[in-house]
Amino acid sequence: MSLLSPEWTGLLYLIAAVCFILALRGLSSPKTARRGNLIGAAGALLAVITVFLSARIENIPAILIAIAVGSAIAAPISRRVEMTQMPQLVALFNGVGGGAAALVALLELGSTDSPWSKVAVVFTMLIGAVSFSGSAVTVGKLQGLISSRPLIFPGLAIVMGGVVLAALVAGGFVVATGAAGWAIALLVLGLLVGALLVLPVGGADVPIVISLLNAFTGLAVAASGIVLGNLLLVVAGTLVGASGTILTRAMASAMGRGVNGILFGAFKGGSTAGSTAQSDRPVRSSNAEDVAVLLNYAQRVVIVPGYGLAVAQGQHTIAELATTLEARGVEVVFAIHPVAGRMPGHMNVLLAEANVPYEALKEMAEVNPEFKNTDVALVVGANDVVNPAAKTSPGSPIYGMPILDVGEARQVVFLKRSMRPGFAGIENELLYDPKTTLLFGDAKDSLTKVLGAVNAL
Amino acid sequence: MDPITLLTVVVLTVFVGFEVVSKVSSTLHTPLMSGANAIHGIILIGAIIVAGQTLEPWLLAVALLAVVMATANLVGGFVVTDRMLKMFAPRKPAGAETKTDPKDATK
Repeated sequence: MSLLSPEWTGLLYLIAAVCFILALRGLSSPKTARRGNLIGAAGALLAVITVFLSARIENIPAILIAIAVGSAIAAPISRRVEMTQMPQLVALFNGVGGGAAALVALLELGSTDSPWSKVAVVFTMLIGAVSFSGSAVTVGKLQGLISSRPLIFPGLAIVMGGVVLAALVAGGFVVATGAAGWAIALLVLGLLVGALLVLPVGGADVPIVISLLNAFTGLAVAASGIVLGNLLLVVAGTLVGASGTILTRAMASAMGRGVNGILFGAFKGGSTAGSTAQSDRPVRSSNAEDVAVLLNYAQRVVIVPGYGLAVAQGQHTIAELATTLEARGVEVVFAIHPVAGRMPGHMNVLLAEANVPYEALKEMAEVNPEFKNTDVALVVGANDVVNPAAKTSPGSPIYGMPILDVGEARQVVFLKRSMRPGFAGIENELLYDPKTTLLFGDAKDSLTKVLGAVNAL
Repeated sequence: MDPITLLTVVVLTVFVGFEVVSKVSSTLHTPLMSGANAIHGIILIGAIIVAGQTLEPWLLAVALLAVVMATANLVGGFVVTDRMLKMFAPRKPAGAETKTDPKDATK
């Protein structure tokens, strides 16, 4: 028996859907992220309680045990797993979600009558299976169970084409006949598609693929909502599908990669990432808001000023930025290279003019051992004085010059006018380092934007 | 459900989905992905509905498997996201000028 009328059920589901929207909204800003996540969890709890009260549910003890088992598996892993293993855990949870959607659709096939709901069943099963096996492959790659190198073999594109075609044919038969045999075949083919899709992707691009599969699972859940006539599943799934798509694109562009290139590069004959080293050398460029977030949530920031700061007359802005960050509890010091700027002491003078306290200015020998305890090294208009080529490439004109070891910091942010090499005309390998973020523009303009963004946080 | 109503809901939700994450900082990409991941764990209610209608033992077993998987997605997703977000917890002002490293000779 159901305790809740359809109206009440719909209303409670609406509240849950709003919780999910607020959760995603909250997760978009560091200040509200944690609360957003809790709101999402509360919405989910509400929805689960509602479903028990709203429909006629048999087997309640068995279902409760299954829920307990699922929680008992997932919660301890989530609490204990190493921070570095988070991506594969997210992929794992995404995969089982997709798998669950596929199974739900499979079981519901018998109760569907209209061709449209059968199409929705086929869609859910196919996408859910793709998400499941694709996620399994990403977990394998990230965990080192299978090679993270792109796995490409001759005729991959033909095999893939054949499998997709077969899956569509099987899907057609499911819609036409509703036979369980075809549905099982569809599931198997979907699993194959997912594996073939992800195997050729290189390790470096796997996080983007996880995000894409996450969006896929969202779509599968939305389609399962159509199958079951459940509006909450439709809304939540569509929400994840849409936001996941945007997020995937944002992640890809933050890494300087295109989603199509990552996914289909292998099928066009080229190699996909992982091997980005030799290709067009992507850099990670970013915007002032991102830099502001990095700085604001760091424990310790070392600012490395250079000639660019002097040229842009940005000293007052950078001093204000340092004061603002200090007020938020971030430890900020300035690292002054002996030849920063164009003359010794250039930076000291410049910063003293802007009332930066003397204690905050550290000389190279003093600050270098501290970079490894530094969260963010903010390099403003400097290049050669932080170029690791001075240590690593004997052929380089600056080889042997002492440098500030900003590469030791956990994150490096460069404020630069362009990708042009610095004064010495030497490429800086550090710019291509994965932990480096670039913010292009005039130093003063960039600093003003970052300061504004920090204040807005 | 009336197809047009359904279509309306889907289209509007797509726009909401685009809108809520359009200005996210790249620092938050991973937690946001994880949070979205947790949200699609709500497939659990679908799994519960299906399991609650099945009397055939084999089908029930499959449905219960779906319940376990969906629960793992939902519970694990939110817990993992919360753990990631602890890194963003607002820190208390830690006495701005504390010198963690010995400020010794070298110069």
